[in-house]
Amino acid sequence: MKTTKDQALIFELSEPGRISYSLPELDVPDVDLDEWLPEEFNRKNEPELPEVSELQLMRHYTALSKRNHGVDSGFYPLGSCTMKYNPKINEDVARYPGFAFIHPLQEEETVQGALEMMYNLQQNLVAVTGMDEVTLQPAAGAHGEWTGLMMIRAYHEANGDYNRTKVIVPDSAHGTNPASATVAGFEAVTVKSNEKGLVDLEDLKRVVDGDTAALMLTNPNTLGLFEEQITEMAEIIHNAGGKLYYDGANMNAIMGAARPGDMGFDVVHLNLHKTFTGPHGGGGPGSGPVGVKADLIPYLPKPVLVKEDGAYRFEYDRPQSIGRVKPYYGNFGINVRAYTYIRTMGPEGLKQVSENAVLNANYMMRRLEGAFVLPYKQHCKHEFVISGKNQKKLGVRTLDMAKRLLDFGYHPPTIYFPINVEECMMIEPTETESKETLDEFCDRLLQIAKEVEDNPEIVQEAPHTTVIGRLDETTAARKPILRYQKA
Amino acid sequence: MKHRYLPTTDQDRKEMLETIGVKSVQELFEDIPESIRFKGVLNVEKQLFEPELIRYMSKLASKNANTQENVSFLGAGVYDHAIPSVVDHVIRRSEFYTAYTPYQPEISQGELQAIFEFQTMISELTGMEVANSSMYDGPTALAEAGLLSAGQTKKKKIIVSKAVHPEARAVIDTYARGQHLSVTEVDTVDGLTDLDKLQSEIDENTACVMIQYPNFFGQLEPLPEIEKLVHEQKAMFVVSSNPLALGRLTPPGEMGADIVVGDCQPFGIPAQFGGPHCGYFAVTKKLMRKVPGRLIGQTTDDEGQRGFVLTLQAREQHIRRDKATSNICSNQALNALASSVAMSALGKEGVRKMAEQNIKKAHYAKAQLKKAGIETVFDGVYFNEFVVKLNGSVKELNRKLIQKGFIGGYDLGRDYPELANHMLIAVTENRTKDEIDAFAEEVGGAQ
Repeated sequence: MKTTKDQALIFELSEPGRISYSLPELDVPDVDLDEWLPEEFNRKNEPELPEVSELQLMRHYTALSKRNHGVDSGFYPLGSCTMKYNPKINEDVARYPGFAFIHPLQEEETVQGALEMMYNLQQNLVAVTGMDEVTLQPAAGAHGEWTGLMMIRAYHEANGDYNRTKVIVPDSAHGTNPASATVAGFEAVTVKSNEKGLVDLEDLKRVVDGDTAALMLTNPNTLGLFEEQITEMAEIIHNAGGKLYYDGANMNAIMGAARPGDMGFDVVHLNLHKTFTGPHGGGGPGSGPVGVKADLIPYLPKPVLVKEDGAYRFEYDRPQSIGRVKPYYGNFGINVRAYTYIRTMGPEGLKQVSENAVLNANYMMRRLEGAFVLPYKQHCKHEFVISGKNQKKLGVRTLDMAKRLLDFGYHPPTIYFPINVEECMMIEPTETESKETLDEFCDRLLQIAKEVEDNPEIVQEAPHTTVIGRLDETTAARKPILRYQKA
Repeated sequence: MKHRYLPTTDQDRKEMLETIGVKSVQELFEDIPESIRFKGVLNVEKQLFEPELIRYMSKLASKNANTQENVSFLGAGVYDHAIPSVVDHVIRRSEFYTAYTPYQPEISQGELQAIFEFQTMISELTGMEVANSSMYDGPTALAEAGLLSAGQTKKKKIIVSKAVHPEARAVIDTYARGQHLSVTEVDTVDGLTDLDKLQSEIDENTACVMIQYPNFFGQLEPLPEIEKLVHEQKAMFVVSSNPLALGRLTPPGEMGADIVVGDCQPFGIPAQFGGPHCGYFAVTKKLMRKVPGRLIGQTTDDEGQRGFVLTLQAREQHIRRDKATSNICSNQALNALASSVAMSALGKEGVRKMAEQNIKKAHYAKAQLKKAGIETVFDGVYFNEFVVKLNGSVKELNRKLIQKGFIGGYDLGRDYPELANHMLIAVTENRTKDEIDAFAEEVGGAQ
């Protein structure tokens, strides 16, 4: 039953004269700004910002929070997003004044603790990935992809190799991969997957040539499958003079089991907001450090953090650097959380994380196969893809089943991605979920599969219990209303 | 191993392995070729238990001079402003911070509505018709504005004033190189963009002109005059703006800007060593379908009830893939929420008052420094920052100041050789008269 009524916009709660914060009275001589500010700079139309009391404000945002599902609210098996538990100590540590209230342009000797944390985090990420050096500058995964590709471009150009214009991406790749290639000035070329869900080696050989700048790969890939022929692929790319780029979105599957650096990858980005528990924040902020092998170190974004005689400093004199990709030194606050997490786990802990993540995914996959089409039968890594194409024949789409899951308090899996599997559902449980949670979710999904056969309307018309029903997205896009306007 | 984040028991594992039909977890990893399997123990620092971890991280944090225990006059793009207590109480609600992108609107109305409200507040402050749901930060938003301009005008030349933040210019250079665009920097005169030089640089190949307002030196650029020069050549007018300043200053949207970007850090976001902050991106209605990043729109459900969704997604990388003009995916949603809460808490009156106090306190500070015998340069109208010329090195002075509990201003010589020994000083509403007086005395005494 839908019971919750519309939640007013904060602007609709507003009444002139209400405040929820008071600045101290001005303690320096006052001046009349209307007289003092030149006419052209003196703002006349005041911005319409809310006017509410402090309790009104808290009630408003509390009401909004109740209309939102997070990992702490319930299971969130959103494939490829690694929605694991966000440890609370991370949040506490990131708020220590010595981390939260330091300015990026303070003299280096006044921020040695911050630099030491960054340095240690870099070293730990070097160890996990098997790369030679790491930069913490990129703000998110896509930003890291672009940073890595810019470095690869700089590397080729430094070798006088200006004709390497193509970046190869698998058809199962996340949309950011081809988009990052374009924004870095490359042309994206697609390589096909084979019937096992892995990169088709023959097709790879066909698309690789002297124009190839790089191959971008997630391993395990977006189907949750390990690219078993990775060393052969690395050889094909390297023999053609290209570089191998590792999209670390799926690093949660292989920590302590395999390292991109050992697989032949030259550049790696990590999503610290996935594997390393930075909270997803409703869409961000993330953090996307990039690791490189030795021959790409000269091209790292600057400044580069160095340790000398027990002290830390930034080195700016890096003539071959691609330059800055972000002001200052990256999303430091997220990096503090990731470092806190790594220290909470230690090396054995991280290995255990990946083992449990893979165990959970395989367990769910075996419980669900049968009721759903499992396009790839081999063991998966941390996530897997099932297809609802049998249910579609009965008139129920994967979207409907996803909406039905909402009725049971779950965030649905990723749907319709990767794009090479029809009516797919991509499930990533993560290691922080208990067997009971996995069982309950599987039971519900099997129940829904049964409903599709017996009572399809209940699925087609879902959700039935949320604060709002399915929204008219077509009108939203055709006649966009992107801001509140007073009636 | 037992760990508080790992609930799987030995019994669970046994049952799960049986269901899967394997004998050990290791079997699940056998698809990784032997030759590349990692053997041994990762060279990661050892595990710390919570009390040890708290001690260790506290110790690292305490090695840094923070702006709560020291009195900061450092700005240059990142500012020490009052953060209402309510901000952290809201963003610590885990329904917000442990959620991801609101792909399922039925269970994400809270996030969607909060960001819709954020878009409205940014539109109001900038005077623009459309604002997106956030970017990484101000400088990357500015760089993306360059890409949008080039795509829209089909031209390849970006012109940027040297009075734009130096680190933002560095970011623009990198982004422009990616897209094979050229960047031309225009000199300043008296701390403002040199309009004669600007005019001579703008030509029929110009995609956009980028101006910062207030600029890096704190001064207000004559946007109406610049707008004429830009639009005469059919280039796009891009303005980077501190949103707090727009609480009192005429917004770029009322002075002909096509794109307005900036960073919301002044509203509710701690400096945290430079990030995460929160970029904003606002445009005219004409450019609505070209905006990078996510947009939230209002619509209705099947019963006619108001609701909010991600919209105009055809612009974005997950749909357009290699045809996308921006690759942004994750953004800064939680920080956009923090800024919304801060703007709501301050409210219409508070934002204006805060902006005014910044102007008034900065002007008082400049006058006090003058009285203390410090030479000031540039005579333009300014917001909360201004420039002084020292007799010696800024670094040396800052070393002395930190001994007295002050974090001094920014060393402009780092980016502008002609401004060696010049310090950029920021004065926010957080600085008291006593602190300003003491700072002026210290700086004066050290000269």
